[in-house]
Amino acid sequence: MYGIELRVWGDYACFTRPEMKVERVSYDVMTPSAARGIIESIHYKPAIRWVIDEIRVLKPVRFSTLRRNEVSTIISASNINAAMKGTKSIYLNTNKDRQQRATLMLKEVEYIIKAHFEMTQKAGETDTPEKHYNIFLRRARAGQCFNQPYLGCREFPANFELVEGHTYQTIKETKDLGFMLYDIDFKQNMQPVFFRAYMENGVIKIPDELQRRVNR
Amino acid sequence: MAIEKRYEFVMLFDVENGNPNGDPDAGNMPRIDPETGMGIVTDVCLKRKIRNYVEITKENEAGFNIYVKEGVLLNDQHRLAYEHYDLKPTEKELPKDEKVAKELTGFMCKNFFDIRAFGAVMTTKVNCGQVRGPVQINFARSIDPIIPQELTITRVAVTNEKEKAKGGHEMGRKQIVPYGLYRVEGYISASLAQKVTGFDEKDLELLWEALINLFEHDHSAARGKMATRKLYVFEHDSILGNAPSHLLFDTIKVFKKGDQPARAFNDYKIEVHKDAIPESVRFIEK
Repeated sequence: MYGIELRVWGDYACFTRPEMKVERVSYDVMTPSAARGIIESIHYKPAIRWVIDEIRVLKPVRFSTLRRNEVSTIISASNINAAMKGTKSIYLNTNKDRQQRATLMLKEVEYIIKAHFEMTQKAGETDTPEKHYNIFLRRARAGQCFNQPYLGCREFPANFELVEGHTYQTIKETKDLGFMLYDIDFKQNMQPVFFRAYMENGVIKIPDELQRRVNR
Repeated sequence: MAIEKRYEFVMLFDVENGNPNGDPDAGNMPRIDPETGMGIVTDVCLKRKIRNYVEITKENEAGFNIYVKEGVLLNDQHRLAYEHYDLKPTEKELPKDEKVAKELTGFMCKNFFDIRAFGAVMTTKVNCGQVRGPVQINFARSIDPIIPQELTITRVAVTNEKEKAKGGHEMGRKQIVPYGLYRVEGYISASLAQKVTGFDEKDLELLWEALINLFEHDHSAARGKMATRKLYVFEHDSILGNAPSHLLFDTIKVFKKGDQPARAFNDYKIEVHKDAIPESVRFIEK
């Protein structure tokens, strides 16, 4: 089992609470699901499965707000079909379909994600753990990525750096963060899975039980 | 043929006596970071302008439609219709789901520049219904704190009888930033271009062109004088890239000359630390 530590930071972040997603409100800290997304944007193959072990918070939790004009509609399959047949033209009318929505986002965040991966059943003969571990290290060291990782939403990009031989101080805060999204269980019909998140001296440990069960 | 190299870019644009991006939360005052006083222009504001630029310059060209429009209904029906013959129409029966979904998203990517570049939320079941586009843009932030100013203006005509009875002129308000130089950073992922939307070299050129001319076709009473001043592009030599983006962004530093409040682009000095850029990354000044 190979573990990695990745330091990620950025000016803004929004790890949207699912119960408050109309006017987006961020969780206090990064969710394991968002952390997985960041790591997978550096290296992922169906042969491996990333598991988040720990999230360390390096900067105090601060919020900021922002209101933007957004649209509510999403593209529907039937409309595209109609357009392909030439019976309908498709576009979004941003004047009629406008919503103003606020975002309560985090400011100046910095985390260390501690994670490891396991091999899945899709692994072929050439998929050794060493291979994937080294690919990840190489990419993270060189700043390579599949796409630029982001902190919850794509407009909040994440800078990243592999943590090697350097220790970082977490914030000295201990807090019950309440129920927080662990991840979406894609194998159980996209069911969201929650856990009780505790931050102890800036460290959030992810329960083993969920890591073994969800998306296995 | 989708792009084969990863890119990052830094763009500097300025505003003179205008409001680059109003804040609906603050009565349309220019957006501002309350803690630092720096001005902000959102990613979606800039994307809107890119869309507008492509829409006016590529009006009759197939494949360059814009999906998210500002209420103008152009007659793009027939354009879509003949495009569709390139693609097989959806089969009536199986195979369902993934194949059909791929076909639908493929059709959208092929026809719409904004979907190819920025992605879109589609209910077509691939990747949870979302297509991620290769182009990712940050919030733009001003180099120095901005001091927005509110100007009261008058109009000689009045709106209704009631106002007329009161006599006098109607008053309005206008918010401006006397001067602000903003910096925005962006990323273009070659892997998303290749695997998802097919964003190609031609699209990339169009994107650069759009960024350079972004404000030329966006003049209005509210915006004042806005212009793209510099566009720096970092071209990696591979799909995944050769250097962390934050290190590349750090090679471009912008300083204000002197102590006076800045009122022109000339009041700023730009330093590009080319020696800090790895050789495998090509630096392009557009």
